[in-house]
Amino acid sequence: MNDMTPTNLSGSMPLAAPFVRVKDLRVRFVSREATVRAVNGVTFDLARGEVLCVIGESGSGKSVMMRSLLRLHPKKRTVIEGSMQVGEHDIGAVSDRVLSKLRGSTISMIFQEPMTALDPLYTIGDQIVETVRRHEGLGREAAWARALELLELVRVPSPERRLKAYPHELSGGLRQRAMIAVALSCRPSLLLADEPTTALDASVQIQVLVLLRKLQREMEMSMIFVTHDLGVAAQIADKVAVMYAGRIIEYGTVADVLNRPQHPYTRAMLASTVKDQERGVQLEAIAGSPPDLRALPDGCSFLPRCGYAKPECAVAMPPETVDARGHMARCYRVGVEGQRLAFSAPAIQPSVCTNASQLAAARAEMLGRQA
Amino acid sequence: MWLYALRRIILTIPILFGVTVICFALVQIAPGDPIQNLLSPTASQADAERLRAAYGLDKPLPVQYVIWLGKVLVGDMGMSIANNTPVTGEVLRAFMNTIVIAMIAVVIAFVLSTIFGVAAAYRSGGLVDKAITAVAVFGISVPTFWLGVILVIIFAVNLSWLPATGMGAGGSKGFDYLSWSDFRFAVMPIIALALPPLGIMTRTTRSSLSEILNQDFVQTLRAKGLTETEVMIHAVRNIMPAAVAMLGLQLGYLIGGSVLVETVFTWPGTGYLLNKAILTRDIPLLQGTILVLATAFVLINLVVDLAQSLIDPRIKRS
Repeated sequence: MNDMTPTNLSGSMPLAAPFVRVKDLRVRFVSREATVRAVNGVTFDLARGEVLCVIGESGSGKSVMMRSLLRLHPKKRTVIEGSMQVGEHDIGAVSDRVLSKLRGSTISMIFQEPMTALDPLYTIGDQIVETVRRHEGLGREAAWARALELLELVRVPSPERRLKAYPHELSGGLRQRAMIAVALSCRPSLLLADEPTTALDASVQIQVLVLLRKLQREMEMSMIFVTHDLGVAAQIADKVAVMYAGRIIEYGTVADVLNRPQHPYTRAMLASTVKDQERGVQLEAIAGSPPDLRALPDGCSFLPRCGYAKPECAVAMPPETVDARGHMARCYRVGVEGQRLAFSAPAIQPSVCTNASQLAAARAEMLGRQA
Repeated sequence: MWLYALRRIILTIPILFGVTVICFALVQIAPGDPIQNLLSPTASQADAERLRAAYGLDKPLPVQYVIWLGKVLVGDMGMSIANNTPVTGEVLRAFMNTIVIAMIAVVIAFVLSTIFGVAAAYRSGGLVDKAITAVAVFGISVPTFWLGVILVIIFAVNLSWLPATGMGAGGSKGFDYLSWSDFRFAVMPIIALALPPLGIMTRTTRSSLSEILNQDFVQTLRAKGLTETEVMIHAVRNIMPAAVAMLGLQLGYLIGGSVLVETVFTWPGTGYLLNKAILTRDIPLLQGTILVLATAFVLINLVVDLAQSLIDPRIKRS
């Protein structure tokens, strides 16, 4: 706790300085066969006590980006570029020793699979105590007392008994609560949650979500929450970042991104979620599949699936367009009108495309008209 | 825990019973007549019948079995036909000679293989990994009798550091494993016995470790801020159920399959005894030896199961 708010630095830093600053983060995995470019220039700031939701399909680089913040990738095969500043620590540059002190204390992580994320041979209590003793040097008894408090904090019923339980003796929801207890055991300032509710039953999902939000507020943690569930994002987020092919293609407050989506991908994604449509109305799926991260095209990575493509989309990735409220999108069709971002649709709306051949035809028509 | 142990112990009783049936039956199936071996070529048919009756071999098989089992249960495994000495004493003495060096060998193999396996998995793909893999493959593929002979040539003949064969002047009576003058006789047999299990266990340790290190919970351990050493301790504990099972198998293999090593070093153990019993068609001795070995194998498995359930809490359930 003490090492993250040093008196000598906090005085010189402006009050509103973001707690997390990620700048032009690039992650690629190198193997003999291919180089996978998983994250391709991600930049964002996160203030203390704020929740950023990162949304995207599988393979959009959201989990890779998160693991980079703890440098959890195998060293040999991973190249990380750009800078990641958390508090006064430059995560990319700190030594392994400092890093292992930050892990689990200043920065903590919750994983998607509560079934496999805990060591099966150690009791829940052991796994909490181990973390507490590692970071805070508490004695055995004090650490057990803390573990008990933590299980109470995450609302595990009959916590004394659960401390002595092994992971396989608990339900999925309880395991995830135990996982959260491990993550919160040293009062982190930044909590990374990688789809923590995806593997849980719907009713348990809401409980865990509400609990996380409450604890995040009480402990004034910053949190980065990865999900592909827009409903979850709406529940928990202050800011939302939409990722596609390793880039943030839209960013803004939760209201801006979810109510006034600008990027065609965000719009399509919102259109494809089940809300309160009439029965029998077809949902609009996004045709095609995400690009191959081993061979990314020069232009906009969403181009092959986009119904609004322009010729310049194939040349280069669109730059960031930001309005006065901080709403950002990367699309040639998005401009700033007054104070807000605005999407300028082409004169003729493309018809709704539900399969790849329709999409290809519509796109050919569109590009032909432009030329 | 205690309930599981009790159930597991009770379950071994029918297994042991089956072992006695098979021990008894196997020897009946084997060709050759021990009575003919004992008699001089000139003996009459009547002499043969008389001798057969004296050993009880003229009764029907089930009766022979029940009589044999009743005696075995009170520790009497009959008289050796070749030596005319009690089988029980001879087998137990040989068994002690075998089990002590087999256990020393397998413990050495277990400790070294864990160290090697951890080092190889830790530096996976590197020079250390390749060197350890080479040693392991050598251990698996080298025939122990050849290795035994080579050891004798180097350490007994050329360097004269160790005695080539036997258990020394006193034999197995009063052999003291804690005194060097006795123990040096056991050194080369132990090395020859330890090498194959060392190779196999190094390979399995290494592969199960790299499997464990790829599991999700290892990432959690790192994310909690544990050092690589602490993470490795978790991983090693997770391979222990498999490693202990392997240890039990190898120990069973060593006490039963050390015929070649014991013959090369004329070590008076069960392998040596088994060899002798087969060559002389000494049925009571053969039965007794096999019974003791099979029982030891069953008991080793029991201990392994109990040890596994102590390490892995998930085992008790199933």
